[in-house]
Amino acid sequence: MKCDLVVVGGGPGGSMAAKTAAAAGLDVVMLEKRQEIGDPVRCAEGVSKRSLCKMVKLEPEWISSEVKGARLYAPDGKSIVMSEDKSGGEVGYVLERKVFDRGLAMLAAQAGARIMVKTRALSLLKKDGSICGVSAMRIGEPLQIEAPLVIGADGVESKVGRWAGIDTTLKLDDIESCAQFLVQDASIDDDYTEFFLGNSIAPSGYAWSFPKGEKLANIGLGMQGSRSKPGEAVRLLRQFMKSRFPNGRVVEMVVGGDPCSGPIDSAIADGVMLVGDAAHQTDPLTGGGILNAMQAGAIAGEVAAKAISEGDVSRKGLQEYETRWRADIGKTIARSFQLKEFFVKLTDKDINQLIGSLAKEDISKMDLGAMLRILFRLNPKLLWSLKSLII
Amino acid sequence: MLTVNRYKCCYCGACVGVCPTCALELVETWLEVSAECKECGLCAKICPVGALEVRA
Repeated sequence: MKCDLVVVGGGPGGSMAAKTAAAAGLDVVMLEKRQEIGDPVRCAEGVSKRSLCKMVKLEPEWISSEVKGARLYAPDGKSIVMSEDKSGGEVGYVLERKVFDRGLAMLAAQAGARIMVKTRALSLLKKDGSICGVSAMRIGEPLQIEAPLVIGADGVESKVGRWAGIDTTLKLDDIESCAQFLVQDASIDDDYTEFFLGNSIAPSGYAWSFPKGEKLANIGLGMQGSRSKPGEAVRLLRQFMKSRFPNGRVVEMVVGGDPCSGPIDSAIADGVMLVGDAAHQTDPLTGGGILNAMQAGAIAGEVAAKAISEGDVSRKGLQEYETRWRADIGKTIARSFQLKEFFVKLTDKDINQLIGSLAKEDISKMDLGAMLRILFRLNPKLLWSLKSLII
Repeated sequence: MLTVNRYKCCYCGACVGVCPTCALELVETWLEVSAECKECGLCAKICPVGALEVRA
Protein backbone atom coordinates (compact mmCIF):
# COMPACT_ATOMS: atom_id res chain seq x y z
CA MET A 1 0.00 0.00 0.00
CA LYS A 2 1.00 3.64 -0.47
CA CYS A 3 0.48 6.88 1.44
CA ASP A 4 2.13 10.25 2.06
CA LEU A 5 3.06 9.74 5.70
CA VAL A 6 3.45 6.80 8.06
CA VAL A 7 3.20 7.61 11.77
CA VAL A 8 4.70 4.85 13.92
CA GLY A 9 3.01 4.78 17.32
CA GLY A 10 -0.52 5.65 18.40
CA GLY A 11 0.12 7.54 21.64
CA PRO A 12 -0.72 11.24 22.12
CA GLY A 13 2.27 12.39 20.02
CA GLY A 14 1.50 10.06 17.13
CA SER A 15 -2.21 10.82 17.13
CA MET A 16 -1.65 14.58 17.13
CA ALA A 17 0.84 14.25 14.26
CA ALA A 18 -1.57 12.02 12.30
CA LYS A 19 -4.56 14.28 13.01
CA THR A 20 -2.72 17.48 12.02
CA ALA A 21 -1.18 16.01 8.86
CA ALA A 22 -4.45 14.39 7.76
CA ALA A 23 -6.39 17.62 8.38
CA ALA A 24 -3.85 19.40 6.15
CA GLY A 25 -4.69 16.98 3.35
CA LEU A 26 -2.07 14.25 3.60
CA ASP A 27 -2.86 10.57 3.16
CA VAL A 28 -1.75 9.31 6.59
CA VAL A 29 -1.38 5.80 8.00
CA MET A 30 -0.80 5.47 11.76
CA LEU A 31 0.57 2.18 13.08
CA GLU A 32 0.03 0.93 16.62
CA LYS A 33 1.78 -2.29 17.52
CA ARG A 34 -0.59 -3.12 20.35
CA GLN A 35 -4.03 -4.41 19.70
CA GLU A 36 -5.53 -1.66 21.83
CA ILE A 37 -4.59 2.00 21.81
CA GLY A 38 -3.94 3.41 25.29
CA ASP A 39 -3.57 0.15 27.17
CA PRO A 40 -1.55 -0.79 29.19
CA VAL A 41 -0.87 2.67 30.57
CA ARG A 42 2.72 3.67 31.46
CA CYS A 43 2.03 7.03 32.97
CA ALA A 44 0.97 9.00 36.06
CA GLU A 45 -1.56 10.88 33.89
CA GLY A 46 -1.07 14.42 35.21
CA VAL A 47 -1.29 17.38 32.82
CA SER A 48 -1.62 21.13 32.98
CA LYS A 49 -5.20 22.12 32.39
CA ARG A 50 -4.38 25.34 30.56
CA SER A 51 -1.93 23.83 28.10
CA LEU A 52 -4.15 20.86 27.30
CA CYS A 53 -7.18 23.07 26.63
CA LYS A 54 -5.12 25.05 24.11
CA MET A 55 -4.44 21.93 22.05
CA VAL A 56 -7.67 19.96 21.81
CA LYS A 57 -11.35 20.24 22.58
CA LEU A 58 -11.68 18.17 25.72
CA GLU A 59 -14.17 15.40 26.21
CA PRO A 60 -15.31 15.02 29.84
CA GLU A 61 -14.63 11.27 29.86
CA TRP A 62 -10.93 11.88 29.22
CA ILE A 63 -10.54 13.41 32.67
CA SER A 64 -10.50 11.48 35.94
CA SER A 65 -10.22 14.48 38.21
CA GLU A 66 -9.26 18.10 38.54
CA VAL A 67 -6.91 19.16 41.31
CA LYS A 68 -6.47 22.42 43.22
CA GLY A 69 -2.74 22.31 43.54
CA ALA A 70 0.37 20.39 44.45
CA ARG A 71 1.87 19.56 47.82
CA LEU A 72 5.57 18.89 48.06
CA TYR A 73 6.95 16.86 50.98
CA ALA A 74 10.55 17.09 52.18
CA PRO A 75 12.21 13.90 53.48
CA ASP A 76 11.64 15.16 57.06
CA GLY A 77 7.89 15.32 56.43
CA LYS A 78 7.52 19.11 56.19
CA SER A 79 5.44 20.22 53.23
CA ILE A 80 4.69 23.21 51.05
CA VAL A 81 1.68 23.86 48.80
CA MET A 82 1.69 25.28 45.29
CA SER A 83 -1.41 26.46 43.46
CA GLU A 84 -2.72 24.64 40.42
CA ASP A 85 -2.05 27.14 37.67
CA LYS A 86 1.46 27.99 38.84
CA SER A 87 3.18 24.76 39.69
CA GLY A 88 5.03 24.29 36.48
CA GLY A 89 2.76 22.68 34.02
CA GLU A 90 2.13 19.12 35.10
CA VAL A 91 -0.71 19.68 37.54
CA GLY A 92 -4.33 20.40 36.85
CA TYR A 93 -6.06 17.42 35.34
CA VAL A 94 -5.43 13.78 36.03
CA LEU A 95 -6.38 12.01 32.82
CA GLU A 96 -7.82 8.60 32.11
CA ARG A 97 -5.14 7.72 29.56
CA LYS A 98 -6.90 4.62 28.26
CA VAL A 99 -9.83 6.77 27.18
CA PHE A 100 -7.79 9.87 26.35
CA ASP A 101 -5.35 8.09 24.02
CA ARG A 102 -8.20 6.39 22.21
CA GLY A 103 -10.02 9.72 21.98
CA LEU A 104 -7.03 11.37 20.32
CA ALA A 105 -6.68 8.45 17.90
CA MET A 106 -10.34 8.92 17.01
CA LEU A 107 -9.66 12.60 16.26
CA ALA A 108 -6.90 11.45 13.90
CA ALA A 109 -9.30 9.00 12.28
CA GLN A 110 -11.98 11.67 11.93
CA ALA A 111 -9.42 13.91 10.22
CA GLY A 112 -8.92 11.13 7.66
CA ALA A 113 -5.95 9.15 8.96
CA ARG A 114 -6.02 5.37 8.55
CA ILE A 115 -5.20 3.57 11.77
CA MET A 116 -3.80 0.07 11.90
CA VAL A 117 -3.64 -1.67 15.25
CA LYS A 118 -1.66 -4.82 16.05
CA THR A 119 0.70 -3.57 13.35
CA ARG A 120 4.36 -3.29 14.23
CA ALA A 121 7.04 -1.48 12.24
CA LEU A 122 9.97 -3.82 11.54
CA SER A 123 12.29 -1.54 9.60
CA LEU A 124 12.43 1.43 7.27
CA LEU A 125 12.21 0.73 3.55
CA LYS A 126 15.03 2.32 1.59
CA LYS A 127 15.61 2.89 -2.10
CA ASP A 128 18.95 4.28 -3.35
CA GLY A 129 19.71 5.22 0.26
CA SER A 130 16.50 7.26 0.72
CA ILE A 131 13.70 6.25 3.01
CA CYS A 132 10.64 5.18 1.05
CA GLY A 133 8.35 3.66 3.67
CA VAL A 134 7.96 1.16 6.44
CA SER A 135 8.13 -2.60 6.49
CA ALA A 136 5.59 -3.83 9.05
CA MET A 137 3.92 -6.89 10.42
CA ARG A 138 0.15 -6.66 10.58
CA ILE A 139 -1.59 -9.31 12.68
CA GLY A 140 1.27 -11.66 11.92
CA GLU A 141 1.36 -10.95 8.17
CA PRO A 142 4.03 -8.88 6.40
CA LEU A 143 2.95 -5.50 5.06
CA GLN A 144 4.93 -2.94 3.11
CA ILE A 145 3.78 0.65 3.27
CA GLU A 146 5.38 2.97 0.75
CA ALA A 147 5.65 6.57 1.88
CA PRO A 148 8.22 9.34 1.44
CA LEU A 149 7.97 10.43 5.08
CA VAL A 150 7.89 8.65 8.45
CA ILE A 151 7.16 10.11 11.88
CA GLY A 152 8.55 8.03 14.73
CA ALA A 153 6.29 8.45 17.75
CA ASP A 154 7.25 5.04 19.05
CA GLY A 155 7.96 5.89 22.63
CA VAL A 156 10.73 5.10 25.06
CA GLU A 157 11.53 1.93 23.11
CA SER A 158 11.79 3.87 19.82
CA LYS A 159 13.43 2.13 16.91
CA VAL A 160 12.55 4.52 14.09
CA GLY A 161 15.26 7.00 15.10
CA ARG A 162 17.92 4.30 15.38
CA TRP A 163 16.93 2.87 12.01
CA ALA A 164 17.35 6.36 10.51
CA GLY A 165 20.75 6.88 12.09
CA ILE A 166 19.68 8.96 15.12
CA ASP A 167 21.07 7.41 18.29
CA THR A 168 18.19 7.57 20.77
CA THR A 169 19.63 5.00 23.18
CA LEU A 170 19.16 6.25 26.73
CA LYS A 171 22.05 6.22 29.19
CA LEU A 172 21.07 5.02 32.67
CA ASP A 173 21.59 8.57 33.99
CA ASP A 174 19.02 9.77 31.48
CA ILE A 175 16.09 7.51 32.23
CA GLU A 176 13.95 7.12 35.33
CA SER A 177 12.82 3.64 36.29
CA CYS A 178 9.21 3.98 37.43
CA ALA A 179 6.54 1.91 39.14
CA GLN A 180 3.01 2.86 40.04
CA PHE A 181 -0.06 1.36 41.66
CA LEU A 182 -3.62 2.54 41.20
CA VAL A 183 -4.65 2.66 44.83
CA GLN A 184 -7.91 2.95 46.72
CA ASP A 185 -7.36 4.41 50.17
CA ALA A 186 -9.42 6.63 52.51
CA SER A 187 -6.30 8.70 53.29
CA ILE A 188 -5.85 9.88 49.69
CA ASP A 189 -6.20 13.64 49.21
CA ASP A 190 -8.59 14.01 46.28
CA ASP A 191 -7.77 17.69 45.76
CA TYR A 192 -3.99 17.81 45.59
CA THR A 193 -1.27 16.03 43.68
CA GLU A 194 1.43 15.12 46.15
CA PHE A 195 5.17 14.81 45.60
CA PHE A 196 7.42 13.07 48.11
CA LEU A 197 11.13 13.77 47.93
CA GLY A 198 13.98 11.87 49.53
CA ASN A 199 16.80 9.57 48.56
CA SER A 200 15.46 6.70 50.63
CA ILE A 201 11.98 7.11 49.04
CA ALA A 202 13.05 7.51 45.41
CA PRO A 203 16.80 8.01 44.79
CA SER A 204 17.27 11.01 42.48
CA GLY A 205 13.58 11.03 41.70
CA TYR A 206 10.35 11.37 43.60
CA ALA A 207 7.25 9.51 44.67
CA TRP A 208 3.81 10.85 43.77
CA SER A 209 0.12 10.60 44.44
CA PHE A 210 -2.06 11.80 41.56
CA PRO A 211 -5.71 11.61 42.64
CA LYS A 212 -8.29 10.16 40.25
CA GLY A 213 -11.36 10.97 42.35
CA GLU A 214 -13.28 9.17 45.07
CA LYS A 215 -10.21 8.17 47.10
CA LEU A 216 -8.49 6.56 44.14
CA ALA A 217 -5.01 7.68 43.07
CA ASN A 218 -2.00 6.83 40.93
CA ILE A 219 0.66 6.31 43.57
CA GLY A 220 4.09 5.72 42.15
CA LEU A 221 7.72 6.65 42.04
CA GLY A 222 10.55 7.18 39.63
CA MET A 223 14.23 6.73 40.40
CA GLN A 224 17.31 7.51 38.35
CA GLY A 225 18.29 4.52 36.21
CA SER A 226 21.93 4.67 37.22
CA ARG A 227 20.91 4.21 40.87
CA SER A 228 18.53 1.37 40.06
CA LYS A 229 19.06 -2.35 40.37
CA PRO A 230 16.82 -5.18 39.16
CA GLY A 231 13.31 -4.75 40.57
CA GLU A 232 14.27 -1.77 42.71
CA ALA A 233 11.45 0.58 41.62
CA VAL A 234 8.72 -1.88 42.59
CA ARG A 235 10.51 -2.77 45.84
CA LEU A 236 10.78 0.91 46.81
CA LEU A 237 7.15 1.53 45.87
CA ARG A 238 6.01 -1.30 48.14
CA GLN A 239 8.13 0.18 50.91
CA PHE A 240 6.64 3.64 50.31
CA MET A 241 3.10 2.25 50.32
CA LYS A 242 3.76 0.52 53.63
CA SER A 243 4.92 3.70 55.33
CA ARG A 244 2.56 6.21 53.70
CA PHE A 245 -0.57 4.33 52.60
CA PRO A 246 -0.50 1.13 54.70
CA ASN A 247 -4.19 0.43 54.16
CA GLY A 248 -4.13 1.12 50.42
CA ARG A 249 -5.77 -1.41 48.12
CA VAL A 250 -3.95 -1.89 44.82
CA VAL A 251 -6.26 -2.29 41.83
CA GLU A 252 -3.75 -1.86 38.99
CA MET A 253 -0.01 -1.97 38.42
CA VAL A 254 1.92 0.21 35.99
CA VAL A 255 5.65 0.32 35.24
CA GLY A 256 7.77 2.24 32.78
CA GLY A 257 10.93 4.04 31.79
CA ASP A 258 10.81 7.83 31.50
CA PRO A 259 13.43 9.64 29.39
CA CYS A 260 15.04 12.63 31.17
CA SER A 261 18.04 13.27 28.92
CA GLY A 262 17.19 16.81 27.92
CA PRO A 263 16.83 17.73 24.23
CA ILE A 264 18.41 15.25 21.83
CA ASP A 265 20.95 16.53 19.32
CA SER A 266 18.66 15.95 16.38
CA ALA A 267 15.05 14.84 16.03
CA ILE A 268 15.18 14.71 12.23
CA ALA A 269 16.89 12.74 9.50
CA ASP A 270 16.19 12.48 5.79
CA GLY A 271 12.56 11.38 5.56
CA VAL A 272 12.13 11.02 9.33
CA MET A 273 10.91 13.12 12.26
CA LEU A 274 10.80 11.93 15.88
CA VAL A 275 8.09 12.98 18.32
CA GLY A 276 7.49 12.58 22.06
CA ASP A 277 9.37 10.03 24.19
CA ALA A 278 11.08 8.80 21.00
CA ALA A 279 12.70 12.26 20.80
CA HIS A 280 13.24 12.42 24.60
CA GLN A 281 10.82 15.36 24.74
CA THR A 282 9.73 14.62 28.31
CA ASP A 283 10.44 17.30 30.91
CA PRO A 284 13.53 15.99 32.73
CA LEU A 285 12.54 17.61 36.03
CA THR A 286 8.91 16.49 36.30
CA GLY A 287 8.98 13.52 33.94
CA GLY A 288 5.84 14.86 32.29
CA GLY A 289 5.67 14.14 28.58
CA ILE A 290 2.07 14.06 27.36
CA LEU A 291 1.69 17.72 26.43
CA ASN A 292 5.18 18.06 24.98
CA ALA A 293 4.55 15.02 22.78
CA MET A 294 1.21 16.46 21.64
CA GLN A 295 2.73 19.85 20.88
CA ALA A 296 5.65 18.30 18.99
CA GLY A 297 3.23 15.98 17.17
CA ALA A 298 1.13 18.91 16.01
CA ILE A 299 4.22 20.77 14.77
CA ALA A 300 5.53 17.65 13.02
CA GLY A 301 2.14 17.14 11.35
CA GLU A 302 2.18 20.68 9.97
CA VAL A 303 5.77 20.42 8.77
CA ALA A 304 4.98 17.03 7.18
CA ALA A 305 2.17 18.59 5.13
CA LYS A 306 4.42 21.42 4.01
CA ALA A 307 7.37 19.14 3.18
CA ILE A 308 5.19 16.78 1.13
CA SER A 309 3.51 19.59 -0.80
CA GLU A 310 6.90 21.17 -1.53
CA GLY A 311 8.39 17.80 -2.45
CA ASP A 312 11.32 18.11 -0.05
CA VAL A 313 11.40 15.56 2.79
CA SER A 314 15.17 15.75 3.20
CA ARG A 315 16.69 16.79 6.50
CA LYS A 316 16.77 20.32 5.11
CA GLY A 317 13.10 20.22 4.21
CA LEU A 318 12.24 19.05 7.74
CA GLN A 319 14.45 21.60 9.50
CA GLU A 320 11.39 23.71 10.32
CA TYR A 321 10.20 20.99 12.70
CA GLU A 322 13.54 20.99 14.49
CA THR A 323 13.59 24.77 14.79
CA ARG A 324 9.98 25.06 15.94
CA TRP A 325 9.93 22.34 18.60
CA ARG A 326 13.16 23.64 20.10
CA ALA A 327 11.79 27.20 20.22
CA ASP A 328 8.51 25.93 21.69
CA ILE A 329 9.01 23.10 24.20
CA GLY A 330 12.78 22.69 23.78
CA LYS A 331 13.75 25.69 25.88
CA THR A 332 11.88 24.46 28.94
CA ILE A 333 13.21 20.93 28.45
CA ALA A 334 16.79 22.24 28.32
CA ARG A 335 16.31 24.35 31.46
CA SER A 336 14.60 21.50 33.30
CA PHE A 337 17.50 19.24 32.37
CA GLN A 338 20.02 21.60 33.99
CA LEU A 339 17.82 21.86 37.09
CA LYS A 340 17.45 18.09 37.21
CA GLU A 341 21.19 17.56 36.92
CA PHE A 342 21.55 19.75 40.01
CA PHE A 343 18.66 18.36 42.03
CA VAL A 344 19.55 14.67 41.55
CA LYS A 345 22.76 15.33 43.48
CA LEU A 346 21.06 16.83 46.55
CA THR A 347 21.19 15.01 49.87
CA ASP A 348 18.10 14.67 52.05
CA LYS A 349 19.59 17.34 54.31
CA ASP A 350 19.79 19.75 51.35
CA ILE A 351 16.18 19.03 50.36
CA ASN A 352 15.00 19.53 53.95
CA GLN A 353 16.82 22.84 54.05
CA LEU A 354 15.32 24.04 50.76
CA ILE A 355 11.74 23.10 51.55
CA GLY A 356 12.12 24.21 55.18
CA SER A 357 13.33 27.61 54.04
CA LEU A 358 9.99 28.24 52.33
CA ALA A 359 7.97 27.63 55.51
CA LYS A 360 7.46 31.33 56.22
CA GLU A 361 6.99 32.40 52.59
CA ASP A 362 3.68 32.64 50.79
CA ILE A 363 4.42 30.61 47.70
CA SER A 364 0.86 29.60 46.93
CA LYS A 365 0.58 32.07 44.05
CA MET A 366 4.06 31.61 42.63
CA ASP A 367 5.18 29.95 39.45
CA LEU A 368 8.27 27.75 39.39
CA GLY A 369 10.56 30.61 38.33
CA ALA A 370 9.43 32.90 41.16
CA MET A 371 9.76 30.06 43.65
CA LEU A 372 13.28 29.29 42.47
CA ARG A 373 14.23 32.98 42.88
CA ILE A 374 12.95 32.97 46.48
CA LEU A 375 14.77 29.70 47.13
CA PHE A 376 17.95 31.24 45.74
CA ARG A 377 17.59 34.32 47.96
CA LEU A 378 17.11 32.10 51.03
CA ASN A 379 19.76 29.47 50.18
CA PRO A 380 22.39 31.26 48.10
CA LYS A 381 25.25 28.98 49.09
CA LEU A 382 23.45 25.74 48.26
CA LEU A 383 22.02 27.00 44.97
CA TRP A 384 24.95 29.13 43.81
CA SER A 385 25.73 26.93 40.80
CA LEU A 386 22.18 27.53 39.49
CA LYS A 387 22.65 31.30 39.54
CA SER A 388 22.57 31.77 35.79
CA LEU A 389 19.43 29.65 35.43
CA ILE A 390 17.47 31.34 38.17
CA ILE A 391 18.31 35.04 37.94
CA MET B 1 22.82 -15.29 28.49
CA LEU B 2 20.00 -12.82 29.09
CA THR B 3 16.88 -14.44 30.46
CA VAL B 4 13.41 -12.89 30.56
CA ASN B 5 11.09 -13.94 33.34
CA ARG B 6 7.82 -13.64 31.43
CA TYR B 7 5.80 -14.08 34.60
CA LYS B 8 7.38 -10.91 35.99
CA CYS B 9 7.70 -8.77 32.85
CA CYS B 10 5.17 -5.91 32.69
CA TYR B 11 6.21 -5.09 29.10
CA CYS B 12 7.02 -1.42 29.70
CA GLY B 13 9.89 -1.20 27.20
CA ALA B 14 12.37 0.59 29.49
CA CYS B 15 14.91 -2.15 28.73
CA VAL B 16 14.51 -1.59 24.99
CA GLY B 17 15.23 2.12 25.44
CA VAL B 18 18.58 1.56 27.19
CA CYS B 19 19.85 -1.37 25.08
CA PRO B 20 23.08 -0.17 23.41
CA THR B 21 22.96 -2.81 20.67
CA CYS B 22 19.26 -2.59 19.83
CA ALA B 23 18.98 -6.27 20.74
CA LEU B 24 15.60 -6.06 22.45
CA GLU B 25 12.19 -5.69 20.87
CA LEU B 26 8.89 -5.44 22.68
CA VAL B 27 6.08 -7.16 20.81
CA GLU B 28 2.97 -6.31 22.81
CA THR B 29 3.44 -8.45 25.92
CA TRP B 30 6.44 -10.37 24.57
CA LEU B 31 10.04 -9.21 24.94
CA GLU B 32 12.29 -10.60 22.21
CA VAL B 33 16.06 -10.88 22.64
CA SER B 34 18.14 -11.06 19.46
CA ALA B 35 21.63 -12.42 18.84
CA GLU B 36 22.93 -8.82 19.04
CA CYS B 37 22.74 -9.04 22.86
CA LYS B 38 26.16 -8.49 24.45
CA GLU B 39 24.91 -9.40 27.95
CA CYS B 40 25.90 -5.98 29.32
CA GLY B 41 23.10 -6.11 31.89
CA LEU B 42 21.94 -2.48 31.56
CA CYS B 43 18.42 -3.72 30.82
CA ALA B 44 18.39 -5.82 33.99
CA LYS B 45 19.48 -2.80 36.02
CA ILE B 46 16.73 -0.52 34.71
CA CYS B 47 13.92 -3.10 34.90
CA PRO B 48 11.38 -1.81 37.46
CA VAL B 49 10.14 -5.33 38.25
CA GLY B 50 13.37 -7.32 38.00
CA ALA B 51 12.25 -9.49 35.09
CA LEU B 52 15.67 -9.60 33.39
CA GLU B 53 18.78 -11.41 34.43
CA VAL B 54 22.14 -12.10 32.80
CA ARG B 55 23.11 -15.65 33.71
CA ALA B 56 26.53 -17.14 33.27
